[in-house]
Amino acid sequence: MEVLTIKKYEKTGILSINDITLPSNEYLNKGVAIIECVQEIPCNPCVEICPVNAISMKNINALPMIDYEKCTGCKRCVGICPGLAIFVIKVKDDKGFITLPYEFLPIPEVGDIVTALDREGEPRGKAKIVKVNRKNKTSVITIEVDKDLIMEIRNIKSD
Amino acid sequence: MKGDTIASALHANGVTTLSHSIRYHRPRGFFCGIGKCSSCFMTVDNVPNVRTCITPLYENIRVIEQDKGGKLPDKKFNDKNRKKIIADIVIVGSGPAGLMAGIASAKQGVKSILLVDENHLIGGQLVKQSHKFFGSEEEKAGTRGIDLANELMDQVNSFKNIKYMLETTIIGCYNGEKNHKLIAVKRQRDGDLLFEINCKCVIFSCGAMENMLAFPGNDLPGVYGAGGVQTLMNVYGVKPGNKVLMVGAGNVGLIVSYQLLQAGVNVDRVVEILPKIGGYNVHAAKLRRCGVPIYTSHSIKEVYGKDKVEGAIVEEVDSSFKPIQGTQRNVPCDTVCIAVGLTPSIRLLEQIGAKTEFIAEAGGHVAIHDKSMQTTVKGVFVAGDSSGIEEASTAMIEGQLAGVSAAAFLGFDKQAEKLKKKYIKSLEGFRSGPFGLKPKICKDKIACCWDGGINY
Repeated sequence: MEVLTIKKYEKTGILSINDITLPSNEYLNKGVAIIECVQEIPCNPCVEICPVNAISMKNINALPMIDYEKCTGCKRCVGICPGLAIFVIKVKDDKGFITLPYEFLPIPEVGDIVTALDREGEPRGKAKIVKVNRKNKTSVITIEVDKDLIMEIRNIKSD
Repeated sequence: MKGDTIASALHANGVTTLSHSIRYHRPRGFFCGIGKCSSCFMTVDNVPNVRTCITPLYENIRVIEQDKGGKLPDKKFNDKNRKKIIADIVIVGSGPAGLMAGIASAKQGVKSILLVDENHLIGGQLVKQSHKFFGSEEEKAGTRGIDLANELMDQVNSFKNIKYMLETTIIGCYNGEKNHKLIAVKRQRDGDLLFEINCKCVIFSCGAMENMLAFPGNDLPGVYGAGGVQTLMNVYGVKPGNKVLMVGAGNVGLIVSYQLLQAGVNVDRVVEILPKIGGYNVHAAKLRRCGVPIYTSHSIKEVYGKDKVEGAIVEEVDSSFKPIQGTQRNVPCDTVCIAVGLTPSIRLLEQIGAKTEFIAEAGGHVAIHDKSMQTTVKGVFVAGDSSGIEEASTAMIEGQLAGVSAAAFLGFDKQAEKLKKKYIKSLEGFRSGPFGLKPKICKDKIACCWDGGINY
């Protein structure tokens, strides 16, 4: 008989770092997309939009696979992903840069200081808005945070 | 305001009680928000039983609470003679399935196609979907439902062979030797019109309605269908309340919770009776990172309040869904959203004589159909949620399949077989993943019933 096991994120909705394929530091310095999409759902706009064919899928239900060698961190997938599940992460010197999709009003302005939130919505200090791209009502926003928090911060809240 | 329905305007002005129950005089509010249930009945300009959630507001309208059944005034119909319409294909319901069926059959060269919808807006439930669609490029993945509705409406308008009638309800359908006869009522301010529509083919793409849950207090104004709340805020710009308890963590529950946050409404929590979240993790994740907790193995016990929702009691359940003593929690809130699945709308299909079966994976009774979406009644097709609850993307493909099949049935055939194969393959693709398992089983059972098998 098949034993039904429920993964932790299926109970909580929160992914742990072990659920995600992480790039090496070398790629993080370049800036690459982290795809937090771990279930086989019928969806592929990220594959279609990638200008360098870095994201591939075997079929419409398969998990997206990313080739960090090819990924240029262009951020197009961040704005198109219907699940808002793609983030571009870059490390430069001691600073961490996270590009995330944002669909709330007001849309923050470059230079604003906002509260950084983790996957559970818990405040994790402050973040500085460094880039805002308003397109198709899903703004693509780049924030600067502490380098150590790049794999934890996934949302922002205007103060 | 222009564009409002009676119910949305009342809600915007703080009137949430639309009627009182006949026997116990309990206050009642709206539930589904899309004209599928009877929760919002009121008397409008002396006409009783008007579904105020889909009736547009107009000047000098006289709306009164209806606490008992009323009488239809004589002048309800300004012309007692039926008007006759002849069409090749009639499509009932202008959601994603119906619109695509219309476009697909128009492309095949069918001479006259008539789209009929009860609502005052074309697009079915696409109009309230402010989130981006999943799927592939062909099904417009990455596009928001509302943008898609506008895009499809433009396409429909560009075809001279498609006409549509809005605010029109099919009240009866009859299956003849060669033709099908549909009786329709078109609602008009100066008196309704009765139509007799004769056609060779009918495509039923009537959608589905939201399920209700049984618990004490479920009839209090403030207990709404999650989809109804989505309509209220996304179509009419009216906040449903200030603090919401969401019941159900399927995609509808998760998406509507997120959209409530976008509208500035506090979502206290999501409770889900199953031990795991039913919707996509990506939807759950974006809700969680906004700080909304999701409680699996939790259910709603009751809702309390005087005349409207003031709070709810939630509780944990064990593996056999029995409440665990001592786990009851009080959740003060003014709105409870029910997102516990949908039931296919098939009454017209039953009336026209199509064979139906109860299939749990379909969400209830559905019309049995073949691979081309034709029911057991010749020339009668079905598409979208009416043929089993699924997604808008698959509804669009099924609509195209039904449209091409209906056209071919009438002799309009531009590579119909090739197109049908393509649509069937693409549907199989969507249904091959773990989230497509339920619709796959549903369609397998339908195919089994079609072949004379027994529904198991």
